[in-house]
Amino acid sequence: MSSVRLAARPRGAAKPRSPMAAPRSFLWSRRIFLTLLTGFVLLPVFVMVSSSLKPLEDVSGKFRWMPSGLTIRPYIDIWKTVPLAEYFVNSLIVAGAATVCSVVIAVFAAYAVSRYQFRGKRVFTVTVLSTQMFPGILFLLPLFLMYVNIGNATGIALFGSRGGLILTYLTFSLPFSIWMLIGYFDSVPRDLDEAALVDGCGPIGALFRVVVPAAIPGIVAVAVYAFMTAWGEVLFASVMTNESTRTLAIGLQGYSTQNDVYWNQIMAASLVVSIPVVAGFLLLQRYLVAGLTAGAVK
Amino acid sequence: MSDTTVTTGTTGTTGTPATIVQGGKEPPATAPETGRAPRLRRPGRLRRIGLPYLLLLPALLLELLVHLLPIVIGIVMSFKELTQFFIRDWGAAPWSGLDNYKVSVDFDAPVGEALLHSFLVTCAFTLLSVGLCWLIGTTAAIYLQETFKGRGLLRALFLVPYALPVYAAVITWGFMFQRDNGLINHVLHDQLGLTDSAPFWLIGDNSFFALLTVSVWKGWPFAFLIMMAGLQNIPRDMYEAAALDGAGMWQQIRRITLPSLRSVNQVLVLVLFLWTFNDFNTPYVLFGRSAPEAADLISIHIYQSSFVTWNFGTGSAMSVLLLLFLLAVTGVYLWITSRERKSAHV
Amino acid sequence: MRRFRAAAVGAATLSLALTASACGGGSTTGGEGSNDSPKTLTYWASNQGPNIEADKKILKPELAKFEKQTGIKVKLEVIPWSELLNRILTATTSGQGPDVLNIGNTWSASLQASGALLPWDEKNFAKIGGKDRFVESALGSAGAPDKDPAAVPLYSMAYALYYNKKMFEEAGIDKPPATWDEMIADGKKISKGGKWALGAEGANLSNNIHQVFALGKQHGADFFTEDGKPDFTSDGAVAAVKQYVDMMAKDKIIAPGNAEYAQNQSLSDFSKGKTAMVLWQAAATTFKSQGMSEDDWGVAPVPVQSGAPGQGKATNSMVAGINMAVFKNTKNIDGSLKFVKFMTSDAEQKILCKSYGSVPPVKAAQEDAAFDRPELKVLRDTLAKSAAPLPQVPNESQFETAVGTAVKNLFANAAAGREVTTGSVKAELVKAQQQMSEQ
Repeated sequence: MSSVRLAARPRGAAKPRSPMAAPRSFLWSRRIFLTLLTGFVLLPVFVMVSSSLKPLEDVSGKFRWMPSGLTIRPYIDIWKTVPLAEYFVNSLIVAGAATVCSVVIAVFAAYAVSRYQFRGKRVFTVTVLSTQMFPGILFLLPLFLMYVNIGNATGIALFGSRGGLILTYLTFSLPFSIWMLIGYFDSVPRDLDEAALVDGCGPIGALFRVVVPAAIPGIVAVAVYAFMTAWGEVLFASVMTNESTRTLAIGLQGYSTQNDVYWNQIMAASLVVSIPVVAGFLLLQRYLVAGLTAGAVK
Repeated sequence: MSDTTVTTGTTGTTGTPATIVQGGKEPPATAPETGRAPRLRRPGRLRRIGLPYLLLLPALLLELLVHLLPIVIGIVMSFKELTQFFIRDWGAAPWSGLDNYKVSVDFDAPVGEALLHSFLVTCAFTLLSVGLCWLIGTTAAIYLQETFKGRGLLRALFLVPYALPVYAAVITWGFMFQRDNGLINHVLHDQLGLTDSAPFWLIGDNSFFALLTVSVWKGWPFAFLIMMAGLQNIPRDMYEAAALDGAGMWQQIRRITLPSLRSVNQVLVLVLFLWTFNDFNTPYVLFGRSAPEAADLISIHIYQSSFVTWNFGTGSAMSVLLLLFLLAVTGVYLWITSRERKSAHV
Repeated sequence: MRRFRAAAVGAATLSLALTASACGGGSTTGGEGSNDSPKTLTYWASNQGPNIEADKKILKPELAKFEKQTGIKVKLEVIPWSELLNRILTATTSGQGPDVLNIGNTWSASLQASGALLPWDEKNFAKIGGKDRFVESALGSAGAPDKDPAAVPLYSMAYALYYNKKMFEEAGIDKPPATWDEMIADGKKISKGGKWALGAEGANLSNNIHQVFALGKQHGADFFTEDGKPDFTSDGAVAAVKQYVDMMAKDKIIAPGNAEYAQNQSLSDFSKGKTAMVLWQAAATTFKSQGMSEDDWGVAPVPVQSGAPGQGKATNSMVAGINMAVFKNTKNIDGSLKFVKFMTSDAEQKILCKSYGSVPPVKAAQEDAAFDRPELKVLRDTLAKSAAPLPQVPNESQFETAVGTAVKNLFANAAAGREVTTGSVKAELVKAQQQMSEQ
C-alpha cells in the first residue's frame, strides 16, 4: 500500500488532497479513460477549426485531417453573408436579460421556500417541477397567440420583440434554478440571517446582505445554466423573432440557403460567437464548481 | 396527489448537493423540527405571513403565464379539429371530442402505429442517452476528484460541449457523419478499414447511433458538473476511516462514493430524463423535418404532425398523451427513489 | 388540495377567456383589409439570392423607387426558407402578419384554404394590369383550379438537365440525353472509376416530390384524384417512383451516397466533376460560387420517355417559383395592390429576374435579351410548353412529407444494397397514403 502511495505522490501536487491511495490499475484506467474522453470532446472542435479555414470547394469535398490550402476568407465573409454581429448582440441581450431576471426571481422564490414555512409550499414546488415536463411543441402556438393577444389588448409588444423572448426563456430556466438555489440557501447557516435580523435588517435585507453573499457561487452556477438555456434555444426563437430580433441560434441557419450551404462559414461563425461565451464560461467555472460544492460547508 | 409524492417533490427538488448534507434529515412537514434552528416558531419579523407569498409571486405568475396557461390552451386545442381550414379563426373550429386521441392511440392504423414506434424509439434513446451521460459524467468526476497535473485544464475542457451553441455543435456532427465526405467514415472505413463499405449515419438504422452520439456528447458535461460537485461534498474523514480499515481505492469508490451520490442522482437523472425525452433541437438540426425511422424521436414526430402538416388538433393530442406519460413516470420515479432513500436513512 | 383545485379552476377559466379572445384575433380586421395606415407596408421576401444580405442589396433600391413613385414606405424583411412557412403560419393564426409576402408557389392551395390571403378575383387582377399578362402555367400554381388565385406569380423556375461538357466528351457522348433510355445508356458509360452520371438529393423531401411528380405525369399518374383525394398507389405512381429510385438501385447511375443528400451536396459533386448531370432549377449561380466556369457546363431539357417535351405524358418539370400574396388583414390594401403591381411590372420583372437568375412569369418581360442565354431559354421553354403545376390541394405539404419520405426511405434501402421492387415501392406508397387519410 505505502509503496503505491509513494509512487503516486510525486505525480500529484505537493500535498495529496485525499487519503486515498491510488493503485496502479486506477491510474492506468484513469489515463485511458480521460484520453479517450478528451478525444471525444475535442473531435468536433477540431473539425470546426479546420473546416473554418478551408475554401468552400475543399470543405464540401472529402474530409482530410490536414487542410491542403488555408484561408481566412470565411472569417471575413461571415459578416457579409448574414448580419452576424446584429444576431450576436440580440443573443447577448436576450440571454443576458433572461439570466438576470431568472436569477433574481429564483433567489426570491428559493429564499421563501428555504426560510419560511407556509401553506401551499408543496403545491408550489410540485407545480414548478411539473413545468419541466411540458413538451415545447404543445405550448409554442398557444403561447404565441397569448403574446399576440396581450399585445393587442395592452399595447405591450411581446411577440417579435426581445421582451417576449426574454420572458419565455427566463421561465425555461426558472424551475431548475429555484430547485438548485433552495439547496444552496438551506446550506447557509440560519444563525447568520438571525444575526442580521438582530442587527436591524429586514428579511429582504438579511437576504441580500447575508444569504446571497454566502451563496454567490451557487448563484453563479444558476446564472451559467440560465444563460446557456437561452443561448441555444431554436424552436421558440424561430417563431418569435423577426429580422431585427433574430438570435444567433436561428441566425446561424442563414449560412445554409436554398442553393448553397456555406459549411466553412457556419463553422467560422460558430467559433467566433462561441469564443466569448466559452471564455466567460471558463472564467466562471472556478466559481461554478466551488458553487456547486457550497452545500458541503457545515 | 398523495402525500408521499408531494413531500418528495419538495425534498427531491432541493436535491442539489446541499441535500446530501441535509436532504435525509429534512423532515416530512408533520414531523418535529430537528437539530437545526427552528423555522417558524421564532418571535420576530420573519413571521410576517404575506412575505413568502410576495417572494414567490413573480415566479408563480411567470410560470402561470408562460407554461401553465398555454398548456391549458393546448389541451383545449387537442379536442378541436384544428387544421389549416380553421387556424385563422379558432372559434369556428369544430369540437372533435376524442377523435384526435382516437387517431393517436389507434395502434393498428398507420398514424397510431407510427406514433407508437416513435414513442418506443424515444424511450430506448432516452434510456441509453441518460445512462451514458450519467456513466461518463460520473466516471469523469470520480477520476478528476484527485489532484493531478492537468486536472484544471481537463475540467475546463470538458465543459466546452456545454458552452457551444446547440446549432453549431449539432451541425458540425452532421457534417462529420456524412457518408462520403465525413470524418467518421474517413476514420472507420478509409483509415481503419473496419467496415467493408462506408456505412450511412444520417439515414437508415445507424442514424439512431448518430443521434445518440451527439446527444451524449452534448449532455454528459452537465452530469459531470453536478457529479463533481456532489463528490466534493463527501466528508474526507469517511475516506480516512475506510482507508484505516484497509479498504482499497476501488472499494472506497463502491462503498462510500457511490452511495453518497444517491440524492444528487435522484434529481440529476430525473432532469436529464425529462430534457432528453423532450429534446427537439438535436434531432431537428441533425435530420431536418423528416427524421429517419430509426431515429424518429417523439418531439420531431409531433412537430411533423402539427407544424409541417398544419394539423394542430392531432399534434396537441399527441403532446397531451406525452405529458401524461411523463407525469406518470416522474410520479413513480419519485415515489420509488424516495422510498429507497427513506429506508436507506432509517 | 382544495386550494390546488381552486387554482386549477382559476387557471382554466382565465385561459378559456384568453382563448376566446384569441379566437377573435384572426378575424378582428377580417374582410378584405382596410386602408388604416396608407403610408407604410411590411413586405416579407423569401431568400432568393445567394444569401440574405444579397437579397437586401437587390431589393432595397427597387423599394426606394416604389417609395419615390407612391410615397409608400416598404419595410422589408428577408426570411430564410427554414423559417418562412412557420412565420406565415403563426401570422395566419394570430392575424399579425405582413401586408405583402412571398410564398413558395406549392403552398398556394394550403394557404388559400386557411383564408388568410386576399383572393385575386377579376377586380383585383384588373388593378395590376390583368390576368393575361402572366404565363398560364405560372398562374396554374397560384391556388386551387376552381377558385380565384390566392397569389400572383413573381419569379418562375423550371427544372432542366445540367451536364458537364468535359465528362460527356471523355465518355464519348456528343449530346445530352433526351429520353430516359438514352439517359441510362449514357449514364452507364459515365458511371465508372468513382465518377457517376446523375446526382440526386435523396433525403430532400421537396426535391424528391418534384422529380417523381414529373415522372408520374409521364406515366399518366397524378398524385391526387380530380376531387382532391390522395391517389399515391396507382400503377403509374408506383412506376414513376420506381423509375426514379431504380436509377440508383438497378441502373446504378446515381451514387449510393446521394441517398443522404439534403443540403445540395449533389451540386458540389457536380462542380467537382464527380457527377456528370443534375436535374435542377436555375443552378448557375451556385456553380459559380462553387468555382465552376460557365463554359464547363451545358443545359438541356429534362428527358421524357418520347424525347420531345410537351404536355401530358411529355411533361418534364413541375412549375417552380415564387408567388406574391397580399395578407387579408392588411391595413393598407390599396398600397399592397400598388406594390404587387409595381413588383410585377415589366420593368421590375426584368430587373429582379435578371438579378436572381429566374424566368419572369410576365410574358412581356420575357422578351428581354437577357433571358435569351441558353440556360434561361431552356427554362423558359420548359415553363411555357412542358411544365405542370404540382397538385393544388390544401394538404400539399402533407403530400410532400408523406411521399417525399417514402422516396427517401426507398433511396435509403437502395443505398444499403436492398432490392427495390414494385412491391416494396407500392408498400411505401400505401403507407404514405394511409398517413394522409386522417384528414
